[in-house]
Amino acid sequence: MFTIFKREFRAYFTSPIGASILMMFYFFSGLLFGVIFASGVSELSEMFSTLFIIVMAIIPILTMRLFSEEKRQKTDQLLYTAPIRLSSVALGKFLAASAVYAIALAILVVYQIIIAFFVSPDWMVFFGNFLGILLYGCSLIAIGMFVSSLTESQVVAAIITFAIELVLLLVELITQFINSDWLTKIVTEISIYEKYNSFTRGTLDYSNIVFFISVIAIFVFLTIRVQDRKRYA
Amino acid sequence: MIEVKNLTKRYGNHEAVKNASFTINDGEVVGFLGPNGAGKSTTMNILTGYLSATSGTAKINGYDILENPIEAKRHIGYLPEQPPLYLDMTVEEYLDFVYYLKNTSLPKRPHLAEICQLVKIENVKKRLIRNLSKGYRQRVGIAQALIGNPDVLILDEPTVGLDPMQIIEIRNLITQLGRNHTVILSSHILSEIQAVCERIMIINQGYIIADGTAAELSETLSEDYTVVAQIIGPPREVKEALEGVKGVKNIKVMGLFGKATEYHIEPEMGVDIRRGIFERVVAKKWTLIDLTTRKMTLEDIFLKMTEESPERLNRIFEARKNGEEIPEFDEEGNEITKDDEIDSVEEIDEIIENKETTAEAEMPQELEDTLQFENEKVVVDLSDIESVEDEKTEESEVTE
Repeated sequence: MFTIFKREFRAYFTSPIGASILMMFYFFSGLLFGVIFASGVSELSEMFSTLFIIVMAIIPILTMRLFSEEKRQKTDQLLYTAPIRLSSVALGKFLAASAVYAIALAILVVYQIIIAFFVSPDWMVFFGNFLGILLYGCSLIAIGMFVSSLTESQVVAAIITFAIELVLLLVELITQFINSDWLTKIVTEISIYEKYNSFTRGTLDYSNIVFFISVIAIFVFLTIRVQDRKRYA
Repeated sequence: MIEVKNLTKRYGNHEAVKNASFTINDGEVVGFLGPNGAGKSTTMNILTGYLSATSGTAKINGYDILENPIEAKRHIGYLPEQPPLYLDMTVEEYLDFVYYLKNTSLPKRPHLAEICQLVKIENVKKRLIRNLSKGYRQRVGIAQALIGNPDVLILDEPTVGLDPMQIIEIRNLITQLGRNHTVILSSHILSEIQAVCERIMIINQGYIIADGTAAELSETLSEDYTVVAQIIGPPREVKEALEGVKGVKNIKVMGLFGKATEYHIEPEMGVDIRRGIFERVVAKKWTLIDLTTRKMTLEDIFLKMTEESPERLNRIFEARKNGEEIPEFDEEGNEITKDDEIDSVEEIDEIIENKETTAEAEMPQELEDTLQFENEKVVVDLSDIESVEDEKTEESEVTE
């Protein structure tokens, strides 16, 4: 697993993908921070509630090549004929993408420290927010990885991942048009955005953490199943 | 040791591998031979655990590839049709990666150095795989298969797309590897398989249609060495006369080719009867218009086997399995039975008579005229070529 992780992580930085993702995230989050800082807000919570859009934009790029590129270059033949478990391939890849994402998020700590020079911030709220956006992003990574394992084309993988993200976001709006109570409840329950928002409001609800971790587990598991199924195709 | 039992792989309705069973012993170098799309790569992909069989089992050194994949895969080095290389890595990084991927216990530095030396890639170790030529990429692919020193090497078309020099080098390398590995190699080029492998398995349309050494295949599948002669002369007398030639074992009268009759003459082992036949025919003042020897080469066998339709293959396959004589087929695909052979001389006399009468009756006067006319024209052309040429140019001017 560590071998896969190492290779995958390095591949992000030997290709322009890793660098461009980091640049994109740093640039937009920096812009956001600048605006918030200039308007005299002393905490980043507001920033976090907007940040999810940038995350939505970078995740498909981060995950699109994970499996589809292996298939296109036929390097999957190496992985699946090597004496390793299918699960270590999926986990290694998931962790590599998550690590790059974590590096992108690390800039937020820098912003928080800058704020700390001027006012004494509430670090607990910050960590709550940080954990929220980390889990939110990792769930999307798991979904993106699963999509990538279904197709040979990076572009298709990216587009479908983005579409799923949009659906998860817009599912909130649909609830307004549904009259049935239980259906509304179900839709709100699966809304990732709603769960994320509760983090940015500063409430740390364990059920939300469990929710994100479950999403990650389900999609990593599904990815492993897809790999296994493919041998019977 | 590789044991394959009743292996079948189905893609939807298409059966890529049909009920394949074979055993490959330690140290054997086996060649899978077959045209593109015959099922060679599919078989290899199943053996290496990349694909799963629809039914049947494959065991590598006693480990079932489905039930105990990790142990089984530990014993295999696989070079797929397209070497599985990460283009964004250097050769060194890549081999490191594979080393850790295979989780081998061999000491890393000397092991990798040994492999690099063996496949001659030491001088490109620091280069990006993206920038390597096809020959070098293939070698890196072989190097990758060798990491962990597996007992079984499975190489899928290792020389495709290489230049002749590289092909020879790779072949030598495979021969070298064959000394202490079990090697399975696939190719659609016969000479390649013949050059490297002790044992050949011919695969077509999912069937293993032949299995044995090159010599065995020639022996069991080809007809014996025969002399084919076409002679113009009375068949009965010709047959009798030729039977008297020294070394002739058996003569079959096959049929008419124009005015000549074809005879398939089987000589005794190691005797060249062609001279004797020629002299006999000349002495009798008949006309010998064709005299050839026919021996099926491995190439012929391969072509013959791979051109067969699945039904006929199935028939051959069954016959082989039951130890019956391998059936032969005519051009339309019907099985040739003993009845089709012309064995009585009377019969051929009859055919000749019929043919002569019909030929004479049907030859129209006009056709004969044109034939003669053409002959005359040739004479004129030869004697007076220049004038004809002039005429031609004039003609073309007129048409213009």
